[in-house]
Amino acid sequence: MLSKSQARAFFLGGTAVTFLAFIGLTVFSMSPRNDQTNHDKIDAQVVRGKHLWETNNCMGCHTILGEGGYYAPELTKVIERKGEEYVKIVLQSPEPWGPNGRKMVKYQMNDEDAAAMIAYFKWIGEIDLNGFERIVSPLAKDK
Amino acid sequence: MKYKSQKVAYWFFALCMLLFTLQIVYGFIMGFARIGMDGLHDFIPFNTARAVHTNLLVVWLLTGFMGAAYYIIPEEAQRELISVKWAYIQLISLAVVGVIAIVGYHFNYWEGRKFLEIPRELDYLVVVNVLLFLGLILGTLFTGKRKTTTALVLSMGLLFAALLYLPGMIWFDSQVTDSFFRWWVVHLWVEGVWELIMGGILSYLLIKLTGVDREVIEKWLYVIVGLTFLSGILGTGHHYYYIGVNKIWLIVGGIFSALEPLAFLAMALFAVYMYRKGEKSHPNKIALFWTIGAAIVSFIGAGLLGFAHTLPQTNLYTHGTLVTAMHGHYAFWGAYAMIVLAIISYAMPNITGRKRYTQTNGHMAFWLSNIGMLGMTVAFGVAGVVQVYLERKMGMDFMKVQNEISIHFIVLLLCATLFTIGIIMYIIEFIKYGRPTDEALNAESV
Repeated sequence: MLSKSQARAFFLGGTAVTFLAFIGLTVFSMSPRNDQTNHDKIDAQVVRGKHLWETNNCMGCHTILGEGGYYAPELTKVIERKGEEYVKIVLQSPEPWGPNGRKMVKYQMNDEDAAAMIAYFKWIGEIDLNGFERIVSPLAKDK
Repeated sequence: MKYKSQKVAYWFFALCMLLFTLQIVYGFIMGFARIGMDGLHDFIPFNTARAVHTNLLVVWLLTGFMGAAYYIIPEEAQRELISVKWAYIQLISLAVVGVIAIVGYHFNYWEGRKFLEIPRELDYLVVVNVLLFLGLILGTLFTGKRKTTTALVLSMGLLFAALLYLPGMIWFDSQVTDSFFRWWVVHLWVEGVWELIMGGILSYLLIKLTGVDREVIEKWLYVIVGLTFLSGILGTGHHYYYIGVNKIWLIVGGIFSALEPLAFLAMALFAVYMYRKGEKSHPNKIALFWTIGAAIVSFIGAGLLGFAHTLPQTNLYTHGTLVTAMHGHYAFWGAYAMIVLAIISYAMPNITGRKRYTQTNGHMAFWLSNIGMLGMTVAFGVAGVVQVYLERKMGMDFMKVQNEISIHFIVLLLCATLFTIGIIMYIIEFIKYGRPTDEALNAESV
């Protein structure tokens, strides 16, 4: 029958081994040769776009890379689906955008901010998502 | 109650009740918005309501864990808390940071990262607050007369929870890297170290409520938390399948996250077996219901419903849909909300000296809230499966699908109402217990 000290050894040993494996896999997947994100294409505009994405908590309604609020459309492939002009109009709308019944916050972004958001979405749209990119939007699936 | 300083726990539990109530209010705002009743949009848009709803959940659960620690650790270490004054300072500062964060969310003062919306400046205050809490708990534990496994596991869980908060404070230019390390916090909290905390509280409650020998319960506690980490750490990989990192996570995450239900199954079997093995007929049946209920519901919510969409082949379609909301609601309810309500139900008679556990209200609260939450989970689940089929398989537009499934949000709201009635009854009981009193000190220990 298992003793308490054996049970403790199982807990400590198992935790140590899996944690070390986790760290090793993290280093492996973060190494530049395994990059699937076109990391070298992240420029100042993309970073600014990400900053705007976070400061406006867009993830609170939308999803991106499949993560977010499930209340508004997934935006991973939004440029491919809707085009740059459409996205710009939405971001600069003087009224809360909501053609399909759910209102978006009225952001009224200036040209620079809207361009940064579009640069961010374009970078996101080109990430290799291990097959999810074919599922995530009807248009992308058709392609 | 054996130690006067255990009374501190009461005020943490009271804050829990307040924050939980607010969390439910914001949940209703979101539910109504989903069926088009978004009259508060100009003041509380959905992203604000969601940030408040999820952050209040995290904060009230953490507050509950802290209250549990302030109640359990003195008794386990067999000494008074090293400083009651600093414990109250910690509570007040926690409440102040929480209020600033929640109010701030209504004015775009946030980071906009799911579950970790608290702005960076407040992150530092959270760190100071948690360090103070840990200092008080660990100081009490290591200067006490004994160091039990239950107390060590609980403290280890709280310490790791604090350490794991740090990766979430690092800025990354890449959304993918940001997301990768955000899961270090969120996943390793809820499917890792929080389970240590849950295991510690569960172990304490089973020792008290069943009368089974401590050595037996604590031995199995090690096995359960061992299984938790063995599967949960590499199980983080199920969040990495489709966010833009290496395919190796499809294999690693797939295998280890499929093993995650084992820890919850072990916990459920452990609780039921200890209850049946126990010879003590404890009069506080309400605490027993919540305790055994937490172990069983966490297996269904976190274990089974998590398994339902954790394999990469399934998750390819369910990732980013309401299926996740289904799993999230029942998992958080079973694993963490119920265990906090269990320790509150156990501690209240002991710190107030009033034995109200024979009241029907307490049982009604248990059943109504559980039936309500089960209904909400089913509503989210049906909506999620239909969403997956129409949107991901048939290629329908997101909003058209949302309109198609709106009936399920009405069901969700009805079940949420039932759930809320149960929680209101629980809170009424909490209020009726009244304030803690010194007269409860050294009263008959139950």
